Amino acid sequence: MELKEKLISSFMAFEERVDVTADLHDIRTSAIKNFENKGFPTKKEEAWKYTSLNAVLKNDFSVFPKSDNAIEFADVKKYFLHEIDTYKVVFIDGVFSSFLSATTHDGVDVCLMSSALTKPKYKMVIDEYFNKVASKDESLTSLNTAFALEGAYINIPKSKVVEKPIEIINFSTGTEAALLVQPRNLIIVGENAHVQIIERHQSLNENPVLTNSVTEIFAKKRAIVDYYKIQNDNLEASLVDNTYIAQKEQSHVSVHTFSFGGNITRNNLNFYHQGERIDSTLKGITIIEGKQHVDHHTLVQHATPNCESHQNYKGIFDERSTGVFNGKIYVEREAQKTDAFQQNNNILLSDKATINAKPQLEIFADDVKCSHGCTIGQLDDKAMFYMQSRGIPKKEAKALLMYAFSNEVIESIKIPELKQRITKIIAMKLGVNMGFDL
Amino acid sequence: MLQIKNLHAKVEDKDILRGINLTVNAGEVHAIMGPNGSGKSTLSAVIAGNENYEVTEGAVYLEGEDLADLAPEERAHKGVFLSFQYPVEIPGVSVTNFMKTAINETRKANGLAEMPANEMLKVIREKSELLEIDRKFLSRSLNEGFSGGEKKRNEIFQMAMLEPKLAILDETDSGLDIDALRIVANGVNKLKSENNAIVVITHYQRLLDYIVPDFVHVLYNGKIVKSGGKELAYELEEKGYDWIKAEN
Repeated sequence: MELKEKLISSFMAFEERVDVTADLHDIRTSAIKNFENKGFPTKKEEAWKYTSLNAVLKNDFSVFPKSDNAIEFADVKKYFLHEIDTYKVVFIDGVFSSFLSATTHDGVDVCLMSSALTKPKYKMVIDEYFNKVASKDESLTSLNTAFALEGAYINIPKSKVVEKPIEIINFSTGTEAALLVQPRNLIIVGENAHVQIIERHQSLNENPVLTNSVTEIFAKKRAIVDYYKIQNDNLEASLVDNTYIAQKEQSHVSVHTFSFGGNITRNNLNFYHQGERIDSTLKGITIIEGKQHVDHHTLVQHATPNCESHQNYKGIFDERSTGVFNGKIYVEREAQKTDAFQQNNNILLSDKATINAKPQLEIFADDVKCSHGCTIGQLDDKAMFYMQSRGIPKKEAKALLMYAFSNEVIESIKIPELKQRITKIIAMKLGVNMGFDL
Repeated sequence: MLQIKNLHAKVEDKDILRGINLTVNAGEVHAIMGPNGSGKSTLSAVIAGNENYEVTEGAVYLEGEDLADLAPEERAHKGVFLSFQYPVEIPGVSVTNFMKTAINETRKANGLAEMPANEMLKVIREKSELLEIDRKFLSRSLNEGFSGGEKKRNEIFQMAMLEPKLAILDETDSGLDIDALRIVANGVNKLKSENNAIVVITHYQRLLDYIVPDFVHVLYNGKIVKSGGKELAYELEEKGYDWIKAEN
């Protein structure tokens, strides 16, 4: 049976497990209908022209994982930002792990989507926010919505500054031959509140995993949200990350995406402006090799006046790896005085590596500042010789150049321990033992 | 210190060096002069190990060791330094951290431990004072947005930091005003010792008023066609290169 048919028939089994009288049932039902109509995206669609899921979808994925997979903290400690105290919402094969988690209801809610979706005290919040910014049209988002059950639920009340970063980590253990997981996160950040979130997907063995994740973020007036995505998974793990962000006036939201490993990684990052003087930041570093593939699709929907958006994506592609950057800036007629900036720089380290870059600006207002720059280059020979002639060996010189190339993005990481961690991962990827103390 | 024997080199199938012979002993300063296109910069690039140039015949020896199979960084570790005519801009890497990396990689290659951070700072302070370099300058990205004079001063600062046995200064005077020229020359003269050697490559005699050579060689068409003492530089300044061209 094809995966699509399997999923549709699984939905019936899924319905038997959940409360079909809830309002949520209607949302799920229309979502599965949309998925049934559209199916999985193919290369015939413009948005998926350079990214094919076909090979991944041939796996016979389990849709409902077993719930009793345990892992020892010592085995996975390295995937946590263990140098500092954090809140943790951890899932193993899609199932919440209370053992590895550190949740809270003390002043802020850092807990589980499954509770929020089922407990009466959350009903008003769920009615107001759940599936309100996520696309009802995009088929993979619909697939996630249909099966939405588990993930992180984070609700930060007005004026609350959350002192500790929140880590959302999804482990897959590989006890299933092939596993499809669909985490669903809902994050609501109240007026004037501030939160830092780190999200990571990590497969612990070589069995294929496909993660189809949806995250909705609502940033209210003057809220500050710093979101970091670490994608450094193994070669059998594929990820489709769908993130939808609704921003109210004067809110600042930044998303940093670090794509260092995985089979196929597709990031759909969407910002919607719902007020004036909003600031959106989208930054990313991609460093891949082998046959890995990373696709960044960004959208910033400027709908209101006097807002800013800043995009800066760096990509380094070695061997036969492939990359896609499709950055769309949409400026509506009302969005006067928009300041939108987009930068995408790429280095191809091999003749066989490919990047498809497409800036897409659609501007309907007449008093705006929009700019974009896209470069694709190779390692600078002259710079290499210069550095070598000063005694810096080829590998180290190359690493230093790569690091310097990425530094604009690294330096804006606001959690020092995370910055160190990212630096270390980059050094490891480049095969050098350097601190990059730039 | 440096011995060049019958050196032939080409770039992209074009023969540039056609049999150079040169011996430079420790404690000596040699000047290599010549008109544009005579092969001066090629010679410096070949000594430093630039892989874009192919040595077709002959060899370069440093303290008796053939450099042929050594990568540029290995030559640097053995004490070869090239001051670039056009120093390369490296955005995102500060002068200080570039120097730290260069020094520690060189120490590592020579079996030494990394230089302690406080000592590094002390040396950086000393050497930057020698070249009259502002502290703020050291935290800027290497060569990025530097003026011509700043770039050249930074080259000699790097030379001071690395303390090479053999320093080749490729057109270090180009782009320098008289004050910067004095500072750069003063720096080089302070670094000169009985244990190192300096090769100054220049088109004009001007720099040689400040860095006084023991020997002057004239390079033309990829060969050294004339050698002499420092007075040869004045003769060239007076008569121009046409005189050499006419003789050859």
